[in-house]
Amino acid sequence: MEPVKKVKGKALPLGYSDVDTDQIVPSDALKRIERTGFGQFLFSSWREDEDFVMNKPEHEGAVVLLAGENFGCGSSREHAVWAVQDYGFGAVIAPSFADIFKNNCTKNGVLTVELPEEVVQKLLEAIRENPDAEITVDLESRTVTGPGVEESFEVDDFVRYRLLNGLDDVGLTLRHEEDIEAYERRRPSYMPKVL
Amino acid sequence: MSKPRTLAEKVWEKHVVRRAEGEPDLLYVDLHLVHEVTSPQAFEGLRLAGRKVRRPDLTLATMDHNVPTTEFGLPVRDEVSARQMDALRKNCEEFGVQLHPWGTIGQGIVHMIGPEMGLTQPGLTIVCGDSHTSTHGAFGALAFGIGTSEVEHVLATQTIPQSHPKTMAVTVEGELPVDVSAKDLMLGILNRIGTKGGTGHVIEYRGEAVRQLSMEGRMTVCNMSIEGGARAGMIAPDETTYSYLEGRPHAPQGADWERALEEWQSLPTDEGASFDKEVVIQAEDLVPYVSWGTTPAQTVPLDGEVPEPQNEGHERALKYMGLKPGTPMRDIYVDTVFIGSCTNARIEDLRAAARVLEGHKVKEGIRAMVVPGSMRVKQQAEEEGLDEVFQQAGFEWRNAGCSMCLGMNPDKLSPGERCASTSNRNFEGRQGKGGRTHLVSPVVAAATAVMGRFASPSELGVLEGV
Ligand code: SF4
Repeated sequence: MEPVKKVKGKALPLGYSDVDTDQIVPSDALKRIERTGFGQFLFSSWREDEDFVMNKPEHEGAVVLLAGENFGCGSSREHAVWAVQDYGFGAVIAPSFADIFKNNCTKNGVLTVELPEEVVQKLLEAIRENPDAEITVDLESRTVTGPGVEESFEVDDFVRYRLLNGLDDVGLTLRHEEDIEAYERRRPSYMPKVL
Repeated sequence: MSKPRTLAEKVWEKHVVRRAEGEPDLLYVDLHLVHEVTSPQAFEGLRLAGRKVRRPDLTLATMDHNVPTTEFGLPVRDEVSARQMDALRKNCEEFGVQLHPWGTIGQGIVHMIGPEMGLTQPGLTIVCGDSHTSTHGAFGALAFGIGTSEVEHVLATQTIPQSHPKTMAVTVEGELPVDVSAKDLMLGILNRIGTKGGTGHVIEYRGEAVRQLSMEGRMTVCNMSIEGGARAGMIAPDETTYSYLEGRPHAPQGADWERALEEWQSLPTDEGASFDKEVVIQAEDLVPYVSWGTTPAQTVPLDGEVPEPQNEGHERALKYMGLKPGTPMRDIYVDTVFIGSCTNARIEDLRAAARVLEGHKVKEGIRAMVVPGSMRVKQQAEEEGLDEVFQQAGFEWRNAGCSMCLGMNPDKLSPGERCASTSNRNFEGRQGKGGRTHLVSPVVAAATAVMGRFASPSELGVLEGV
């Protein structure tokens, strides 16, 4: 994973609440066996409506996605994160996220930023008014700056450390292989086996 | 004496491989379930890094999301689906993982086969690249859905780093009314806690109404924990759990059974243990529900009507569903009835639906299908003659798979098609682009197929045993 320190640029004011992963990337698109190329499917059914916010030229090139509460609920498909990232977003700002989606983001270097509802509303309105306004999400200082907004956000220390250094989980865990072996030796023999 | 602990905390503590200040706990994984959709990129990651599957003996794979349910084990016509199924077959061969492929008796929805084989047991940690892994919590296992990067991590290390969850108790006091099923119980809970009421928490379902549920009913409840945002759902093991497990192929036997049993009996939440959040519901307040919107928390009683929208999200949902506020649910006609999915396609669900259908016919023009959750459930249902009841009523009798629960295989809704479904998600387009899903229990689905509009079994003279 590439280290992530900062995401800065235009934002897409989506604003919807309870956006589920079936909306982010429909199940039909999950048949691919690669990790790449999912951006074309991002919000694909909403995109058929020409009035949908993503189709507006003034929002082209956005790197921050602004959403409503409970973003990413539903299935565990990491394809949803791959779609968000492949389309060009480096950060999602919302009042709250679903757990699995948020966790999947940390594995791919997409920043999820939880800000109070009123702050997200303020950003949404500001970006709707001036689509060229920029938002900066700075992981190092844990702050978001945007039109009329300067807020700090919470992020798990360990997640932040991993992201800033671009560390991959498997590599980190394999440093503790001895602990895993020790645990396996203690495991009771009656535990079920598949084979 | 040590501090009283919850079921979730006990299972968690037993699985800590490594704990370090400022880092998530590293947990051991007892059972890793794998399906064709969320695993190809994980196996590819292993291959690129030159890694192996650490414990093939604790890993089990099946095909469920892509499989057609009309044929059985033939070459799949959809090329992209075929490629994904083929990738799983090759990956399992290369890495030595046991696979129950399409076309074999062991095949079925990933959350059906673990319990069926007796692999899902109390006190285990179980993960799968699938959010409905919470189903296995019905046995008192800590079971949760993970993403593909984590699937790769578990394949390589048999462990998973996890930050501590919060605990939540949902207690359902008293006895369920006779016409209220496990599905209704869960829809009722979701209606009260909302789609994010459980976020960050492991829910433990407690109380008399939960204790009285069969294992099948408990799985239905735990299955939908994720619909309330929860990381997992659990029910403490008891006699119901043990008698379900005893004698299943992978359940411990002889002296091992006794040792395991002793361990399992120590798992239930201690008296006086505290939860971060508690919700108490009276069973007598619960009724059969139907969803009207596009989240599983948007439900009303079957006797109720389409509600007035309270916000912009509700308006979008009503527009998508093509519904007018004030319409009685019983006046809404459906095009399709789907009985299936890992929520409601176990033998008990099929028995209940068949009881309602006995001697009745599906209303003309309605497409009705039953898709058993696994080939073993299908086989058992056929031994009991349920297939005939369904077919005589006019239902299609299919082979096992996820089928119309999600639009990834040939079983799909068309745009605008309205469906009474026993599955777990009514998201926009979940069952096919533009499709309109109403979540219901198996008995309401069956009665609805006969009446052509949302209906209860009592309208067909069936009063009990839902
Ligand atoms: S039946 Fe539906 S919810 Fe269950 S695993 Fe299959 S697609 Fe997921």
